[in-house]
Amino acid sequence: MSSRAAESSPAAAGTRRLREPGALDTTAIVCLLPSLLYVLVMFVYPFLYGIYSSLRPAQRAGLSVANYLAFFTDEWQYRTVWITFGIAVPNTIVVVTVALLVAYGMRRGIRFERTITTVLVLPISLGVILLAEGILGFYGGRGWFNQMLLASGLVAEPLTLTHNYTGVMLSLFMQQFPFCFLMLLGYISGVDPGLENSARTLGAGPFTVFRRVMLPLIAPGIVIAFALVFVMSFGVFPSAILLGQPAGATRTIAIAAYQQAFERYDMSYASAIAVVMGLFQLAGLVVIILLRRRMVTAATMGVGKR
Amino acid sequence: MSARGRWWGLALYLFVFGFILNLLGIVTHVLVSAFAKRWFGTPLPAAFTTQWFEYAWSNFDLGRVLGVTVFVALAVVVLALMLGFPAAYVLARRDFRAKPLLVLLYFLPLLIPQMTYGIPLATTLYRYGVGGTVAGVILANLVPMVPLAIFVLIPFFEQISPNLEWGAAMMGANRFQVFRRVLLPLTVPGQLTAALLILVNTVSNFELTFLVSGAGSQTLVVALFYNAFAGGVRPVYSVDAMAVMYMTTVLVLLLVALRFVRPTQMVFRLD
Repeated sequence: MSSRAAESSPAAAGTRRLREPGALDTTAIVCLLPSLLYVLVMFVYPFLYGIYSSLRPAQRAGLSVANYLAFFTDEWQYRTVWITFGIAVPNTIVVVTVALLVAYGMRRGIRFERTITTVLVLPISLGVILLAEGILGFYGGRGWFNQMLLASGLVAEPLTLTHNYTGVMLSLFMQQFPFCFLMLLGYISGVDPGLENSARTLGAGPFTVFRRVMLPLIAPGIVIAFALVFVMSFGVFPSAILLGQPAGATRTIAIAAYQQAFERYDMSYASAIAVVMGLFQLAGLVVIILLRRRMVTAATMGVGKR
Repeated sequence: MSARGRWWGLALYLFVFGFILNLLGIVTHVLVSAFAKRWFGTPLPAAFTTQWFEYAWSNFDLGRVLGVTVFVALAVVVLALMLGFPAAYVLARRDFRAKPLLVLLYFLPLLIPQMTYGIPLATTLYRYGVGGTVAGVILANLVPMVPLAIFVLIPFFEQISPNLEWGAAMMGANRFQVFRRVLLPLTVPGQLTAALLILVNTVSNFELTFLVSGAGSQTLVVALFYNAFAGGVRPVYSVDAMAVMYMTTVLVLLLVALRFVRPTQMVFRLD
């Protein structure tokens, strides 16, 4: 629309040339420069320097992979990778599955939509620390949750739900479910309801509609949800400290990196751990995206065969 | 079949209801505990008091912490808008070859978890002597907030017809006047939305502030973390009192924000 308007306007000759891809005038560059410089100096540079410094251990001169060797040969350190996967993978699967079920069930609109979304936004805005403090109280040995269980006679002794793996999972679910649900709801409610109606008219049952019509359409959204939730869970830090056992069962890779940086003051080693963490997050993203490729190809092939 | 569908719907509503109830339970538990004199395994404490608020205020140096929080949040809002506003304009209006790359670059600080880039960033800031200072906290928080400002502002620029700018230019306005008289007033809703989202996010942003702040530059949420972590040493009621003060701050901001912002905008991440 706007480009057609440009053609008919008298000032078009100059403006239209600027609107073609590739050309940037001085104004645009001046406008972009401050924020671009900021991101380059405060984000890209520290990142690259971190990689460089991880290859320059404090103890020896020159470039070496000693930090990475130290990480992957020390059981206390490399264990954190498994611990983090053990938290991030189940959490991602549970969060996305539940969020998908709920969002799919509510694709035709919800009653009290504004109220529900507002309440769901609460844990995101309040932040993980307040949530952790609340979970410590509410799910703690003397908290309301255990009081209810005891009063109802379901358990004889209070359950230990905090300061362990369960506590971390609870906190991650509370934090990430609303985010994932609202995102998937956005994707799913964006699908034209006419498609589903047509499929139903042609005799497809609810499950077939989901598998054959809706799933291929919302697959990109689901993949993005998986990727984001996985990456976020893999960096789990404060809830692993407050609700878990930061010296044992929930010593995640982020805790290892933090301790190296701010308790041992070995920034080079800490950068190496941060790089390892980033690489695993990247690997997770790549796997999820590859899986999605295969999924989509399989779906198209199935359609082709019919 | 329809009966099964109805059960299915009921189950979904029950789940959402349960989740909300659970959330309210968690928040209310903090609230009740903050006002409790002592509270051990009873549904409600026997006696209530406000002494923990005074205790928290004087023992946790909260006046200063609050001051730092407000200053950091406002500085981040102003700076992020100033840096992000022109970039959002160009990204909304122009098409150029490097645009997808640029968008990806701006997107990365929002996508990559803060712990991953926070450690190299904190190292760099400490190396240049800004680590541990209020300035350092502001600089670190701007890294995700400048992109947030850009992505929130882009759709608001797209809504303004370029004809208005051309019209103003035809009438003899120079670029600065177009900016001041046309773009700035027309994007006020966008600036407000971006400012509120940045404000709420900065106040509740933990990881970056935690990695960069020192003794005098902690924000409320970082101070809350340190005291919650030292749970055995501090009376839990005083930590909860502090949590209530933090919660009130965020909720007030959130209430103001939700007057102008759709709740789904609070989870801005992708699209």
